[in-house]
Amino acid sequence: MSAPAPAIVTLRNVGKTFERGTVALGGFDLSVRDGEFVSLLGPSGCGKSTALRVIAGLSEASAGAVEWADEKQDAGRIGFVFQEPTLMPWTSVANNVRLPLKLAGAEDNRGAVTQALDRVGLSEFAGAFPRELSGGMKMRASIARALVTEPRLLLMDEPFAALDEITRFKLNNDLLALWQMLKRTVIFVTHSVFESVYLSQRIVVMTPRPGRVFTEIAIPAPYPRDEAFRTSANYAGFCRLVSEALSKAMAGAP
Amino acid sequence: MSFDRALRIVLPIVVLALVVWSWRALVHAFAIPSYVLPSPGLVARTLVDDAPMLVSSLWVTLVITFEAFLLAAFGGVLLAVLFNQLRAIEYAFYPYAVVLQVTPIVAIAPLLLIYLPQPLAVLACAWIVAFFPVLANTTLGLNSVDHNLLDLFKLYKASRWQVLWNLKLPAALPQMLAGLRIAGGLSLIGAVVAEIAAGTAGAGSGLAYRIAISAYQLKIPRMFAALLLLSVAGIAIFFALSVLSHLVLRRWHESALGRER
Repeated sequence: MSAPAPAIVTLRNVGKTFERGTVALGGFDLSVRDGEFVSLLGPSGCGKSTALRVIAGLSEASAGAVEWADEKQDAGRIGFVFQEPTLMPWTSVANNVRLPLKLAGAEDNRGAVTQALDRVGLSEFAGAFPRELSGGMKMRASIARALVTEPRLLLMDEPFAALDEITRFKLNNDLLALWQMLKRTVIFVTHSVFESVYLSQRIVVMTPRPGRVFTEIAIPAPYPRDEAFRTSANYAGFCRLVSEALSKAMAGAP
Repeated sequence: MSFDRALRIVLPIVVLALVVWSWRALVHAFAIPSYVLPSPGLVARTLVDDAPMLVSSLWVTLVITFEAFLLAAFGGVLLAVLFNQLRAIEYAFYPYAVVLQVTPIVAIAPLLLIYLPQPLAVLACAWIVAFFPVLANTTLGLNSVDHNLLDLFKLYKASRWQVLWNLKLPAALPQMLAGLRIAGGLSLIGAVVAEIAAGTAGAGSGLAYRIAISAYQLKIPRMFAALLLLSVAGIAIFFALSVLSHLVLRRWHESALGRER
């Protein structure tokens, strides 16, 4: 990597306490550089999703600050992929993908919907209803919808957790290809060590609730990464490193 | 599969034939007079002989039912949307909607007939029974929207109107249609109850009025004929609304999709 890109978003000492008193995040710090692929890794309930929702503006931080490099680059130009495909079942895939444009009152004159569908390999299914798609295809449609507004930042909340391994590997590869082609910033939440190592440039290991950054691990393996990387000793070494960090993060729990 | 489908059509017909046959046999075997239990043949003949009068009565009842149904559909959906958008209105009025629903309509009908001209009272009666299922079901539908989809709309800064129109209303369609299906039958029941309550003193000319009058005049075959028409009307309404529901939901909702086995 050359000179480090400027940060696109920075979280300073962000805390989140829910109404019932659950402390999801306590003093969470994160800085994400433009074009970076970062994973938030941690056990269930460690506040990874909460951190993502705070960045997206879906949830308000109870403490701390979320700072955007570009004043205008706020939550408005973010793509979000949920754990479930979250498609509207009553309308076609194309209409689902078109939704963000429609809500913004924008016309699709540049063929953004077609392009987004093309990028995730769903061109042939534009007219299909979500029900007619497999789990992996639904997730592709969901990713196409997140990409249709050309967001600079893509937030993904355990998007492949519910998929079978074969489909997940395929989607991992396709996601990396998209990331390299589009040069967007991705923040990827996962509880899978293997997935985070395979995808990320940098892994943020979180402590159990209240979520805090335990440590950050860079994965300096070159892209494009493929199945050869997945079976390499290099990959296994990173996985061991990250697993150990995760165990320590868990053990450090009060 | 086709054998199963054939059974679904044939078996109810067999049951109907058996019932009609035993009814006829019973009437003949015990020589039951027609003012107690008319034979099926006599009912059919009455149906044909009195057709002009019965059909015009049926028309009156159907018009009231249809008007009540439309009012219940629009009123119920509108009220549900209002409740969904403004919590204060829901808190203020929902209890009274429930009160209106749980008070037996037969008990309200005579009161309505005192204060309103009869056609209006009948309509009001039918509306009162029919609007609640639409309101309750639509409210349930509007409140059961996928939270992630709500978040998605929030992320893209959708207006209240956009959320309602593009998300909540389509998501509530299955429940709304279920409510309408119930309301269709209830509109008919409400119209009949009000006319029966108005009784022979009323100025009505609907089927229920025919039934009440025929009872007084001991024209039992005509009662049966009118009753038959009423239930056929009820079945037709239910069937029409089921078809509507199926057509609207067939491409996406579980309830309308056949499962491949």
